[in-house]
Amino acid sequence: MKNIDSINHVQGKSIFIDDITVNHGTLYGVVFGSPFAYGKITKLNIEDALKIEGVIRIFTYHDIPGVNQIGAIIQDETLFAESEVHYVGQPIALIVAETEKIAQKARDLIYVDLDEYDPIIEVSDAKEKQQFIMPPRTFKLGDTKAAWNNCEHIFEGKATTGGQEHLYLETQGSYAIPQENGNIKIFSSTQGPTAIQKIGAKVLGIPMNKIEVDVVRLGGAFGGKEEQATLWAIMTALAVYHLHLPVKLILSRNDDMFMTGKRHPYETQFKIGLSGDLKILAFEADYLQNAGASADLSPAITERTLFHSTNSYFVPNVKATVYTCKTNLPPNTAFRGFGAPQGIFVIEAAINHASNKLNIPAREIQKINLLKENDEFPYGQAAKDVELTRIWNTAQNNFNISKLEKEVSAFNNSNELKRRGISLTPITFGISFTNTMMNHARALVHIYQDGSIGISTGAVEMGQSVNTKMVQIAAKVLSVVPERIKIESTNTTRVANTSPTAASSTADLNGKAVQQACDALLKRLKSTAAANLKVKEDMIHLRDEAVFIDNEKTSLTWEQLVWKAFANRVSLTENCHYSTPKIYFNKAKGKGHPFSYHVYGLAITTVTVDCISGSHEVDSVKIVHDFGKSMNQEIDNGQIEGAVVQGIGWMTMEEIVFDEKGRLQSNALSTYKIPDIYSAPNSIEIIPLETESNDEAILKSKAVGEPPFIYGIGSFFALQDAIRAFNPSYKSEFDAPLTPEKVLLGLYEE
Amino acid sequence: MIEFILNKEHIKTEIPSGSILLDFIRQKKHLTGTKIGCREGDCGACTVLSGSLNTEGKVDYKAITSCLTPIASVHGKHVVTIEGLNLTDGLTTVQNAIKENNATQCGFCTPGFVVSLTGYALNKNISITGIKDSISGNICRCTGYKSIEKATEDITSILVEKNNHSTKWLIERKFVPEYFTEIPGKLFDIKAKMKINSKGTIVGGGTDLYVTRANKFQELDVDLISENDNINKIFINKNTCIIGAGATVSDILNFTRLHDYFPELENYFKLISSKQIRNMATVGGNLVNASPIADLAIFFLALNSKININDKQGGNRIIFLKDFFKGYKSIDINDGEIIQEITFELPEDDQYFNFEKVSKRTHLDIASVNSAMNISIKKKLINDIYLSAGGVSPIPLFLKNTCSFLKGKVLSSENIQKAHCVLKEEITPISDVRGSKGYKRLLIRQLYYGHFIKLFPDIINIYDIK
Repeated sequence: MKNIDSINHVQGKSIFIDDITVNHGTLYGVVFGSPFAYGKITKLNIEDALKIEGVIRIFTYHDIPGVNQIGAIIQDETLFAESEVHYVGQPIALIVAETEKIAQKARDLIYVDLDEYDPIIEVSDAKEKQQFIMPPRTFKLGDTKAAWNNCEHIFEGKATTGGQEHLYLETQGSYAIPQENGNIKIFSSTQGPTAIQKIGAKVLGIPMNKIEVDVVRLGGAFGGKEEQATLWAIMTALAVYHLHLPVKLILSRNDDMFMTGKRHPYETQFKIGLSGDLKILAFEADYLQNAGASADLSPAITERTLFHSTNSYFVPNVKATVYTCKTNLPPNTAFRGFGAPQGIFVIEAAINHASNKLNIPAREIQKINLLKENDEFPYGQAAKDVELTRIWNTAQNNFNISKLEKEVSAFNNSNELKRRGISLTPITFGISFTNTMMNHARALVHIYQDGSIGISTGAVEMGQSVNTKMVQIAAKVLSVVPERIKIESTNTTRVANTSPTAASSTADLNGKAVQQACDALLKRLKSTAAANLKVKEDMIHLRDEAVFIDNEKTSLTWEQLVWKAFANRVSLTENCHYSTPKIYFNKAKGKGHPFSYHVYGLAITTVTVDCISGSHEVDSVKIVHDFGKSMNQEIDNGQIEGAVVQGIGWMTMEEIVFDEKGRLQSNALSTYKIPDIYSAPNSIEIIPLETESNDEAILKSKAVGEPPFIYGIGSFFALQDAIRAFNPSYKSEFDAPLTPEKVLLGLYEE
Repeated sequence: MIEFILNKEHIKTEIPSGSILLDFIRQKKHLTGTKIGCREGDCGACTVLSGSLNTEGKVDYKAITSCLTPIASVHGKHVVTIEGLNLTDGLTTVQNAIKENNATQCGFCTPGFVVSLTGYALNKNISITGIKDSISGNICRCTGYKSIEKATEDITSILVEKNNHSTKWLIERKFVPEYFTEIPGKLFDIKAKMKINSKGTIVGGGTDLYVTRANKFQELDVDLISENDNINKIFINKNTCIIGAGATVSDILNFTRLHDYFPELENYFKLISSKQIRNMATVGGNLVNASPIADLAIFFLALNSKININDKQGGNRIIFLKDFFKGYKSIDINDGEIIQEITFELPEDDQYFNFEKVSKRTHLDIASVNSAMNISIKKKLINDIYLSAGGVSPIPLFLKNTCSFLKGKVLSSENIQKAHCVLKEEITPISDVRGSKGYKRLLIRQLYYGHFIKLFPDIINIYDIK
């Protein structure tokens, strides 16, 4: 089944926030952000801006009726800066005017008097000055100290990964409309409607039930609209609160890039110890995470880095510590993988470092250390249904790894100007919000008396086709055609207290709730049918929109059955709640069973480097992936392809540059490059490994959003392999992204 | 007054001619299928088609990014947004290919892709570059492009049968709706009474101006040289190629006779921005913008081009392009002067040419360093040589000293390497977002040697420079 939105998408008929027909009297907002990274505001000068015709009002923290606090996990972030600013772009004021252009003009006239302090940009600086968001977090397994003595080989090194701009094609935006009795309705491009409702109520000093958040769809999000869509939504709500007129705020691309956080950059010191037969006996890592100016989701991202510090390998002795460093950059935030890719990069770097030193292929270390059934993760959970060995063997049988390697060296021996490289990337990704409390969802299913169906859930559609999957689930349970089913907007009034659409878990959580609701409705309809046809309930089946008695089709259709149920005063509405069973996690001990299941896979990446220019292309990414039993293979393949290319972008091209004053230099699409069609791999092959899967995966179809992003890491190590083939004295520093600049310098370094 | 056809609707508007087409489409006409992604021509979400009547009475369509389009540039034309492509019943062939291949996820970039690909279908028989290049200016963050590539394969398999510039064929195959047949007549009517719009600030294609100074120009009237038929032509006179300042990069690329002299021209020009921007950006604009990494300036410097500058009084002067650039963003042009055309001698049989460009992303990116070389060899001696380099000095640089050193010398690995020592003294790169100083030094070395390695592999190879 295709994405149910695709027909509207290709015709330009899908409605995004900026496409909503605006109400009469709508005003437009533009945000004035701090021009400085760190300092004390002595005066905010808005008088000239207020004089411009068409400027209605300029809001600052003084106008907040409730609490000027939007921190989700730690209460350390204001909506509008008060006396101090902590990053360039930090919102100080909201200008509301009759048109966006007028508001922009007014913004140009605002300036701040400020005592400027030296900003902290680098994590090393933050660590030295002990600037942390929270105390360091450590996960431990075994005893690394004792284990070093048993190691034949010990290697230490450094691994660095850069930030990444989400670059959702639709920028952040919100449109708020006044309702009667001081109620406010907010249309937002957010992954977390409840967060807006909850934090908005706090900022405005009103109860949550006075705010309704509605989300139709997002033009991409990737984590960037999980927490950071909240600011803009609350700003419009604040303006509505005061002005009683609709207010729209759409960030320009430039503002979006300046004002919002990105993927966390990491700098990590690692130490890895191996036995003579290449078993990893011990692994230590000190990760310095650049969290930016406030916590945002960093505490949770910190944790996921630790959960994935050993990737797909069993390591009996582990000590991994993340320092969540506070710097004067925009608060970094969720981005597909949520800290796991950064953690996995480090252990892959450590393995590659060891293999370079030992002069053996990295895959020999990778293969021998793959997780096996019941191996213990550093967080105490036992690995179950581990498919890594089967995946490796499937890759070997289908792609012939040794033949691929021979082809690479044959190419390198016969080609003067180009070199090829190859790498293998196994992945293991835990599914569930690591904060156990968030693993729940609800679905509200109405069957209307004419037989059509409307479904509301807490899931937000952002291109991942979660709505399509909800249709599939309901159609399957109720045995109706998908065309009968409408997925309603995600709305806090219909489905409340939702978790954000994140952690790859949304289809599982909301899908299970839909499934349960439809099961309950089905039971009632069957009972109606049984009474009507005067047979036992267990003889009734619904198939292809008709009622069957055992295998015999009756004349009773879906529509007639629904009408009969309605006429019999049977409830055609069901509201179901699902919460993931079995999971728990003790934060203090760092042990528990945080994930309902894991997703496994392996990618083989080959690249070609041009040795004159240092530019490169990714020739192929060959993947064996554990989908469980995919409920929609074409959509899941699309998630894999998109994630792989995003991961390759992060590893090879996308480079966030701040100057020493903390000003973003890569602040537009002309200076921050994400993959275009020419940078996509020449081929991506996916072999779905059908596995027994897990009951907590919806219809046994495993979560697919984030895990394949990690395959992109393969491009980094394949590039290093290619560079080494040209320049044996290449130092192989693990410093991502490996841009054409670093590739060329590596090709020619002495 | 600006007059044009927007989809089916005849538009007459008195807004300033520098107004942005995208804003007109979305705000004035409430056609929201055209999206705002970046407002700098770098994402393609706002792509529309601009169709102009050709001399045969047919309409030539090109894809443009409406965010950088002053409305003056669609005066007398047919503007097609995604809404103007939709059929009353069912999907177009392009739309269907996208849907069937799951080549849309969040859907925000999708209308832009549909419009670009339809532009390709309309253009297939006059475009030099292929279907992939037609979406070189469209960015998608969701799909990873593989599904989009599959959609282009499906489209190509249908377009294979198209062998003329026929709208009827495209309507029958559901590429465009039926009303497209009425457009030539409508445009003809507009054209008959159309006044040349030649007041206001002189603007090239606007593709750089509207990135940095849209706020100012959208409130003004502009005089677009690309729309001025007196200065947008390309022709060859004896051995001289003459390119009007208003010619676009695509015009140059589509000038087929040039490919006889530069067989690699398509490969060079595909590295310049994207299809949409090449359809808009002009030679004159690229030169007066004086960016130190201007691709066309680098190309033309190596051809030892001259530019012809007119003044208001009807006078004109001719100078070498290499003398035009005075300093960072400073050029030899006076108030009221305008570049009329650029001219260069076409290469002869003993002449070799090469153009190289390296950027963080190979396509749709601004160069870290670019360079071109034009060399003629007579009896193993370097008879003449012209080398240019961008990104290594405040101006697009003609490597005067390096050329002087090499001229008259034997073409040998040794001499080429010696000349590199001269080159090193001629450049002054700085560190910026496009690369560190050290990288740019290494890169220009590579591109310099790369010219020779590609053109004369028997004389010098990569191991000589390792």
